[in-house]
Amino acid sequence: MSELIWLIPLIPFIGFVVNGLMGNRVPKAITAIIGCGVVLASFVLSLFVYFEVAAARTTGASGEIYVHLFDWFTVGKLQVALSFLADPLSAIMLLIITGVGFLIHLYSCSYMASDTGFGKFFAYLNLFIFFMTILVLGSNYLVMFIGWEGVGLCSYLLIGFWFKNGSYASAAKKAFVMNRIGDLGFLIAMFFILEAFGSLEYGTVFAEAASMPMGSSTLLVITLLLFVAATGKSAQIPLFTWLPDAMAGPTPVSALIHAATMVTAGIYMVVRSNILFTLSPVTMEVMAVVGLATALLAAFIAITQTDIKKVLAYSTVSQLGYMFLGLGVGAFTGAFFHVLTHAFFKALLFLGAGSVIHAMHDEQDMRQMGGLRKALPITFITMFIGTIAISGIPPFAGFFSKDEILAHAFQHQPVLWVVGFLTALCTAFYMFRLLYLTFFGKFRGTETQKQHLHESPWQMTLPLIVLAVLSVVGGFINIPEALGGHHSLAAFLAPIFEAGSMHAEALTLSHSTEYLLMGVSAGGALIMGFVAYNRYVRKETRPTADTDASSGLHKLSYRKLYVDEFYDALIVQPLKKLSVGFYKYVDRLGIDGFVNGIGNFFIGAGKGIRQWQSGYVGFYMMMMVVSVIAILLYAVFSI
Amino acid sequence: MSNLFILLLVPVISAIVLCFIKDAVRAKWIALFVAILELGLSIPFLCGFIPDASIQFEQHWMWVESLGIQFHIGLDGISLPMLLLTNGLIPLIVLSSFRKAHKGNFFALISFMQAGLLLVFLALDAFTFYVGWEIALIPIYFICALWGDGDRIRINLKFFVYTFFGSLLMLVALIYLYNQSATPSFEWSAFVALDLSESTQRWIFWAFFLAFAIKIPILPFHTWQPDTYTHAPAAGTMLLAGIMLKMGVYGLIRWLLPVAPLGALAYSQVVMALCVIGIVYASIIAFKQQDAKRLIAYSSIAHVGLISAGVFSWNMEGLQGAIIQMVNHGLSVVGLFFIIDILQERTETRTLAEWGGIASKTPRLATVFLVILMGAVGLPLTNGFIGEFLLLKGLFDYGVWYAVFGGLTLILGAVYMLRLYQKSMLGSLSERAEGIVDIKGYELLVLGVIVFFTLFLGVWPKAILHLSEASVVNLLNQIKF
Amino acid sequence: MENIVTQIQGVPLNHYIIFCSIMFAIGVTGVLIRRNVIIIMMSIELMLNAVNLLLAAFSAYRGDPTGQVFVFFIMALAAAEVAVGLAIIIMVYRNTKSVDIESLSKLRW
Repeated sequence: MSELIWLIPLIPFIGFVVNGLMGNRVPKAITAIIGCGVVLASFVLSLFVYFEVAAARTTGASGEIYVHLFDWFTVGKLQVALSFLADPLSAIMLLIITGVGFLIHLYSCSYMASDTGFGKFFAYLNLFIFFMTILVLGSNYLVMFIGWEGVGLCSYLLIGFWFKNGSYASAAKKAFVMNRIGDLGFLIAMFFILEAFGSLEYGTVFAEAASMPMGSSTLLVITLLLFVAATGKSAQIPLFTWLPDAMAGPTPVSALIHAATMVTAGIYMVVRSNILFTLSPVTMEVMAVVGLATALLAAFIAITQTDIKKVLAYSTVSQLGYMFLGLGVGAFTGAFFHVLTHAFFKALLFLGAGSVIHAMHDEQDMRQMGGLRKALPITFITMFIGTIAISGIPPFAGFFSKDEILAHAFQHQPVLWVVGFLTALCTAFYMFRLLYLTFFGKFRGTETQKQHLHESPWQMTLPLIVLAVLSVVGGFINIPEALGGHHSLAAFLAPIFEAGSMHAEALTLSHSTEYLLMGVSAGGALIMGFVAYNRYVRKETRPTADTDASSGLHKLSYRKLYVDEFYDALIVQPLKKLSVGFYKYVDRLGIDGFVNGIGNFFIGAGKGIRQWQSGYVGFYMMMMVVSVIAILLYAVFSI
Repeated sequence: MSNLFILLLVPVISAIVLCFIKDAVRAKWIALFVAILELGLSIPFLCGFIPDASIQFEQHWMWVESLGIQFHIGLDGISLPMLLLTNGLIPLIVLSSFRKAHKGNFFALISFMQAGLLLVFLALDAFTFYVGWEIALIPIYFICALWGDGDRIRINLKFFVYTFFGSLLMLVALIYLYNQSATPSFEWSAFVALDLSESTQRWIFWAFFLAFAIKIPILPFHTWQPDTYTHAPAAGTMLLAGIMLKMGVYGLIRWLLPVAPLGALAYSQVVMALCVIGIVYASIIAFKQQDAKRLIAYSSIAHVGLISAGVFSWNMEGLQGAIIQMVNHGLSVVGLFFIIDILQERTETRTLAEWGGIASKTPRLATVFLVILMGAVGLPLTNGFIGEFLLLKGLFDYGVWYAVFGGLTLILGAVYMLRLYQKSMLGSLSERAEGIVDIKGYELLVLGVIVFFTLFLGVWPKAILHLSEASVVNLLNQIKF
Repeated sequence: MENIVTQIQGVPLNHYIIFCSIMFAIGVTGVLIRRNVIIIMMSIELMLNAVNLLLAAFSAYRGDPTGQVFVFFIMALAAAEVAVGLAIIIMVYRNTKSVDIESLSKLRW
């Protein structure tokens, strides 16, 4: 069985090919069955892999399954194999990707049912699963890079799925280009890895890296570059602005790619390379600070957004920032744990939002919603669970994972904890704000919208329910010892961190400190929930319209801190000007002008000289005589 | 069957025959038949080629006895991919001109050019090489000047004179080397064996380099290229960009670096800088181009800048990357120009602003366009990735910063290529594109073949790499900096 | 023969040279300043004859007959030249109704 792990990516790829070729020529039901079926098959295979790995782990083995498919290319000393590696880390990632992926495929069957590009949509989704599973299954950095860039392509295709809208197409392009900036970092990092270790295989690299000194400059460069790659894919400062724009894609896409899986690839990559990162403390600090800054900044922006998907998008950026904070303070398991729980509740929230949007006939503005809880009970309850989970209220999933990160942050540097806590407060506030604005109060939409309000069909509610359950219980797989748990996830993942564990700081906080931290954050979240209730339900405050000039801070948040405008003015516009300038002045006028100048010189010289050829015989004779005299004079004087 | 000379003879004969065929339909079928025959004839060489460093299928005889000039051709691992590229692309190029009512003379010129190109790639004697080099120039001049558009006569005069200027410098260097060799000879092996002083090698370097740099073209010798590409007929652009510029890169690998290694060593920093600056410079210019062909023309400058930089890094990765990327670039650029030609024919414009939303009418075209585009921007599992990865690795080994700046092509390439895709395929349907029909028949065949090889070489790059590996190793061992 | 030689030598060589130079100069001046093609032809003849006389004089003084051979060649050539030249002039006159040298300005780019 374990030799067949290459089937996990291959089956969705077949789905992609079949769906892509058939397009709309077959009934939608067949497309849907193929689209969902291949992912389900992959999920089942992933389960097998997981159980195999888990079985190996119970016996104390590392549980690695290595499958070498073929040598991709060999050039000189550079050997790259197309080979797969399933170990505890990739096994869990596979479960997330194919599991959540399957639920979202199922959801899409109904969500996209009326879309003309139904077949194309499933083809793209299957392609995404193909690349994403390759990303986590690769046994070397280059295979990871295949998936890394491939998911970027799928993201491009799916963001621009409704490509007739010009701004959606632009959002897609923006996502691809910003990802590519990170990808360049990845590529250069691979070159450094090759130079330092002579191989891209994880096994070789990590084994050799483990013997390198702490703070080695090579590792510093490698990890910084890898982190640049991660900021692109996982939407961190400074490359985060593509993710909110990526909401142009259909909502299931936002749930799958831009919340649950693709954007966490950066965290997966860092966790995978944890040994490199643990040995470069500078990078770790950078990562913690950048992650925290992103978390706070995105949370700040999310507070005032009125588009339901934009709130969730910034929330995703913020949560990803949390994960990087966790990585930066050495809580690799915690960060990965948060990837897992976040996949559940954020996918849930996005799908819930999709259900709302579906019911509201493609209305995304929360100002037009309100009071939907009666019309959409299942959506409401599941989204409520999701909100509690993300806010970090026990015993829901988000609490455990967020708490682990915060505890590590506190131990590392209490200031980090304070900022992280503030962010958590913001998170709780904007999530409850979203919930209240959408589901409570009076309905604010049009009459037609009101008449058509309906709960979504089972294909859409079933994934919501499953994800809601997971959001409730998902946290239990890694209950900290302070709460009487065993850190099961940490134990399962132990082989991944074995080499780096001697350098990483273990959590040494006393149980009472942990209790205190948990209490403060959980209490804070609850309080923010009530603040939001007070403001949006009891006082029925409505977000102001776009044009309203509001207070400076509010406007700053609403306008997303003007980051897009800043990039536009600082990078995009100058580049455009540079392009025109280069073309008009340097290329045409300068270089080509010079080349043409040489040609024109000879043309001009010819024009000048041919004046002598006047055609007057008398002139010719005169010239002849003058020349003869000149030659004679020369002969006389040169003797 | 494994007679290299037949490969040269077939296109020449076909060119002569085609000259006399006035009927457009008959002419195109004959041209296609011969092109495919030629491709078929080159398959025995692929199968019979033993992937080692030796020169195989050699043929030589005295050409001008009194001057010691030989006609000498042969195949090694570096010329074989070029042979396959040439013979593989020509049928596609012929097929792509099918819907145009060209008479026999058009196809005759293509065939004639094929002979010239093959002679360049197969030559092992500098005289033979030079003959091929110039022969290839004449037909393309007529193709572009007779069937082009816009200010075609002036543009092609410039192209011709510019490249010819470079060729003459090379000729001077060739004659000098001829005089230096012990028994007056133009043989490649004799040139390589020459023991030239460094100062000599320096000027030899520039004489050769200018010829190749103009042909490739490398910044700042590129200004003939955007105009020529833009105003040439589609088939001419494909020949120029797909195959002809590879003559320059091939020349760098085969002639310049082996013959004047000390010169190359002395100036490699300068040349690398030129190449890398060219990548960024051309990419930035491509951002805002309105004419789709001109956009691809500038992108081509960026791509070949990277290839040339890879050659000058003179290591395994750089050279192997250059060889496979030459094939990749040929494929993708032929595909892109063909797509632009299809769009131009159907919308009667080439301006990006007048396109838009075409994907909704032509799903097949949009799909193949995207795949070829992804090949061009180097997405993994497409051929372009292997090339770019190896080239950048080569640059990295030469100097980290070269790789960083050269790597900007990854980002900038995505910007202008996706802009091209967005402006043409995405957005709302433009007026011009309303009646557009999807590709079918031979159009689909041409693009399908390109898509197939784009993906095939992305997954199985060894198909090319293993052919050239031994020869490259041998070359690197022979000439060490 | 002897008689002629002594007769030629009766005039000092310098006088021949000066006379021929003047005659040649008159010919050159004629070619340069006159506009009538026929007169230019005549001036050319004058120049040729100046040279002829000088060749004959040197030949006599040095006792070398080569110079005289040259004179015959030049005379033959001059005859041919005049024949061709006059033919051209007639053709020009037929076409332009003029023998002015300025009318011959078609010989240019």
